[in-house]
Amino acid sequence: MRNAFAQEITRLALEDERVVLLSGDIGNRLFDEMKARCPGRFFNCGVAEANMIGMAAGMALSGLRPVCYTIAPFLTYRCLEQIRVDLCYHHAPVVLVGTGSGLSYASLGATHHSCEEMGMLRLLPELAVVAPGDPWEVRAGLEAALRHPGPVYLRIGKKGEPAVHAARPGFEIGRAIRLREGAEVMVLAAGTILPLAVEVTGRLAEEGVDAGVASFHTVKPLDEDLLREVFGRVRVVATIEEHSVLGGLGGAVSEWLADRGGVGIRARLLRFGTADAFLHRTCEQEGAREHFGLTIPAITTAIRAALEGVTR
Amino acid sequence: MTMEELARLAREVRGDVVAMSHRAGTPHLGSALSCVDILVGLYGRVLRIDPARPTDPARDRFILSKGHAAMALYAVLARRGFFPTGWLETFAGEGAPLAEQPAPGCAPGVELATGSLGHGLPVGLGMALANRLSGRPGRVFVCLSDGECNEGTVWEAALFAPAQGLDRLAVVIDYNKWQATGRSNEVMALADLRAKWEAFGWRARDVDGHDLKALVGALGEVPDGSGRPVAVVAHTVKGKGVSFMEDDNNWHYRIPKSGEVAEARRQLGLAD
Repeated sequence: MRNAFAQEITRLALEDERVVLLSGDIGNRLFDEMKARCPGRFFNCGVAEANMIGMAAGMALSGLRPVCYTIAPFLTYRCLEQIRVDLCYHHAPVVLVGTGSGLSYASLGATHHSCEEMGMLRLLPELAVVAPGDPWEVRAGLEAALRHPGPVYLRIGKKGEPAVHAARPGFEIGRAIRLREGAEVMVLAAGTILPLAVEVTGRLAEEGVDAGVASFHTVKPLDEDLLREVFGRVRVVATIEEHSVLGGLGGAVSEWLADRGGVGIRARLLRFGTADAFLHRTCEQEGAREHFGLTIPAITTAIRAALEGVTR
Repeated sequence: MTMEELARLAREVRGDVVAMSHRAGTPHLGSALSCVDILVGLYGRVLRIDPARPTDPARDRFILSKGHAAMALYAVLARRGFFPTGWLETFAGEGAPLAEQPAPGCAPGVELATGSLGHGLPVGLGMALANRLSGRPGRVFVCLSDGECNEGTVWEAALFAPAQGLDRLAVVIDYNKWQATGRSNEVMALADLRAKWEAFGWRARDVDGHDLKALVGALGEVPDGSGRPVAVVAHTVKGKGVSFMEDDNNWHYRIPKSGEVAEARRQLGLAD
């Protein structure tokens, strides 16, 4: 995903000279092409993330289109007030790109995990929260974010994530991308876990369950049209994210569902994500997902059990 | 404006500020009074701005990072013609344009919503970078309080600006030696403040923050040819201009009574 980001930001910066890239001292060599082709528009802001956000606000208020890039927890937890006041309060069009989000950097420990930040950022007025599901969505999502009139948080992974789309998808902030329709189950995935969600629906199909999947890349604002449609039609809706079950996609959909009061709702909601706990075990991303039950067998089993429960 | 006109403006602004605090029942009077001469020097002589074109892309920008002193900024802007002086009379009233601390776009000439400390310098730095990148001549001036220099982001920005050679950026520190609940040099080891900015790579100098000529001289030199950003450590007195408020930190929060307003205006030579 980060290579897709680096290529796309270079392309977009060549198209629009207002685009500038600010990095929090990461991405060694990653932005060489951008630096070479867009001289003066890349800033290594050092290990000073809060200052980077403030600077981006000043640039945006002066007509530029800044993109801030660093590891998700440092970009978000550390800078919450700068994001809130300098960006959101001023409706400053800045794109925040948090790399290595969720459990991407599981082995580095919980300092490098970001499993709460979507919940935190979702509370901020004016801010769009977007979690692309594959490298194509990173490209399309970045382009959409730079066209957005206000601040956007773009939550991406590290490198090597598989492509789910065959080509660049149409991408609109606040509009989920349906990948496969399902009559009984719809899986809604936010972010880097999309490939696993697709595999889950494949496994369910093998087991005779008619399951669909959508890349629900925008956690705020929610695609309410899609939610209304699927909750009224299927029997189980599952949200999947590499994020706490509190506050992220699952949390947002739960709030939406509570407000419906059951009217027009047929489906039961299942939320798959990380627990309300730090990960203290030493492991890579796969092991971390396993620790939190984010595996194909665990999720398919839970969805099937829920389907049987609904049937009874 | 001549030096005499600046001095007159400073007295009028102080009178406005005392009256606003009394009328609206809002605190931070001491903090507003201490930075009046800095703002008057900037808006009277230094800033290249046109009240008729407050969003001109080529303008100099000023950020009052110590947003709690907004009364002083509003009074200076109003008297320089950015908006009617009548707005000062509804300051902090229900639905009024001028909030107790600056809101985004609340009034012509207000560049940034401030109030949480440590935000103005990073944003000002971004504005200065944007000006340079866009080939615009505008300079950026940011006024900080000494208490604000407790914030880490001030020093993050202080480290970054010289690395970029941002010589069209200046900070003015309203060094009134007090923060909300104590002496600023006792709460934190601020002294020697000039030496700190110098050590961070800025062209730093001490000035008497109530000497309009010295302020205009120091701030008017930006950029000074050194290729470095400029830090002016303006030594001020909290509550300056009203004898019973000067250097008395109770006036960080106290609201003046009507008799005190009258006495303050008399001392300022503004007797009604």
